[in-house]
Amino acid sequence: MIRFDHVYKSYENGTSALEDLSFTMEDGEFAFLVGPSGSGKSTVIKLLTGEISATDGTVIVNGYNMNEIRPSKLPKLRRTMGVIFQDFRLIDNKNVFDNIALAMWAVGAPHREIKERVNYVLGLVGLEDRQKDMPNELSGGEQQRVAIARALANNPKLIIADEPTGNIDPERSAELMTMLTKINELGTTMLVVTHEQNLVNQFAKRVIRIVNGRLAGDEKGWYIS
Amino acid sequence: MSRFKYYLKEGFSSIFTHSLMSFTTVCVMIACLILMGSFVLISVNLNRTMNYLESQNQMMAFVDETYTEEQARALRPELLKNDNVRDAEFVSRRDAMESFLGKFEKNSIFDDVDYSVFRDRFIIYLKDIRLMSETQQELAAVGGIARVNAHLEISRGFTAVRRVLKIVSVAIVALLFLVSLFIMSNTVKLTTFNRRNEIAIVKMIGADNGFISWPFMVEGVILGLTGAMLAYLLQWSLYTAICTRIMTTAYVSFLKLLSFGQIALPLLVSFGAVGIFVGVFGSQIAIRNYLRV
Repeated sequence: MIRFDHVYKSYENGTSALEDLSFTMEDGEFAFLVGPSGSGKSTVIKLLTGEISATDGTVIVNGYNMNEIRPSKLPKLRRTMGVIFQDFRLIDNKNVFDNIALAMWAVGAPHREIKERVNYVLGLVGLEDRQKDMPNELSGGEQQRVAIARALANNPKLIIADEPTGNIDPERSAELMTMLTKINELGTTMLVVTHEQNLVNQFAKRVIRIVNGRLAGDEKGWYIS
Repeated sequence: MSRFKYYLKEGFSSIFTHSLMSFTTVCVMIACLILMGSFVLISVNLNRTMNYLESQNQMMAFVDETYTEEQARALRPELLKNDNVRDAEFVSRRDAMESFLGKFEKNSIFDDVDYSVFRDRFIIYLKDIRLMSETQQELAAVGGIARVNAHLEISRGFTAVRRVLKIVSVAIVALLFLVSLFIMSNTVKLTTFNRRNEIAIVKMIGADNGFISWPFMVEGVILGLTGAMLAYLLQWSLYTAICTRIMTTAYVSFLKLLSFGQIALPLLVSFGAVGIFVGVFGSQIAIRNYLRV
């Protein structure tokens, strides 16, 4: 569950990134977070992952109050979520299996469980036969699917996808988005940050729109900028 | 693969990824440890030689000339009561005369010398030469002892040399230790810089500080231990060669050197401990900036 309650965020250089932003996402929901460049989407993600703190207001993520969370508790919070980035952020010198297994080694999962889970999530993204490949041997779309598999590795409650289709072609983008909706149907809360209007409209899901750090719309269906 | 295997694999692979820097670190570790070890060994051996030379140093306690030989001999237990007296060897008037005349064997001028002009005496061997002055005063106060002769300037000389030796050794060893720590820290810092994206990724997937820092610590310990073991072998060869040379040189025969066998284990443990310490703390210094949120 995500709850933003009258959140303000100002950076040290005086830039005001968010102003009185409030919205809630229940467990199992799917939502697009949209807005033009500089609207505050990245700030929302950083607040969710605990990279920064709000200047004012309350941010609650998966039961953790982000204003009060201690640095030592951040890893535990992050294990409840999976993050997918526009630039995939795979580790170049590890093969597909190890890139995904890394997320499970980090939480101390047993070897057998890691093997089974990695096979399972690779099956979900359709890459079960590419385990031994290195990231540079994969296309952009395939790399993003590996990133999705990694995000799913620890069976998170929440997945945050930051411009997941930004580096892949339109055809693969729709395919990828379909994959995310299917993962959501399995019970995982999904917040997809994007500025791709066509893609959002194609899926007719909840759309949270922010402009200049303020909530400009929150409704199911269309994204009209 | 368990977490432990992961740390080992990452630590080893990082060493080979930055092979030149790893090689440099091991070389600097070897140089620093050999210099540190050499200073410690010089210090230990000089200390041992000093102990030997000090043990040869003695005071002379002359007995009151009114005492008979039996009365004089009876003073020995009194002298041994002093905490700083290791031994008190009695020399009778006759023995003293013989010893004196022995130095002038062919000089007829001493033919008529009578032993009664000499005094019964004790050769006093001390435990701690630095307390020579105090001991001299204490023994002079013993009933029946007329005078105590001591070479206080030798005692002061030994004390000064020991003090300088101690300060120089500690300063040089500390300096070389810091140099090793700095070089190790820089090597691991280079590794962490090259892997900063990877560190950011694993932090985002919920890795704790332990998971992030262990591979770097493993890398540091492997480099530290490799340097320590190679330095130990080189120190062994160097020390044995130098000792052999010294022992066959007549004019430094007063040096009392330890054989390598006597110092092998403490030296191995010390080198290993320094290698591990430098590896662990060098890597921790390097990675601390990356462990923040």
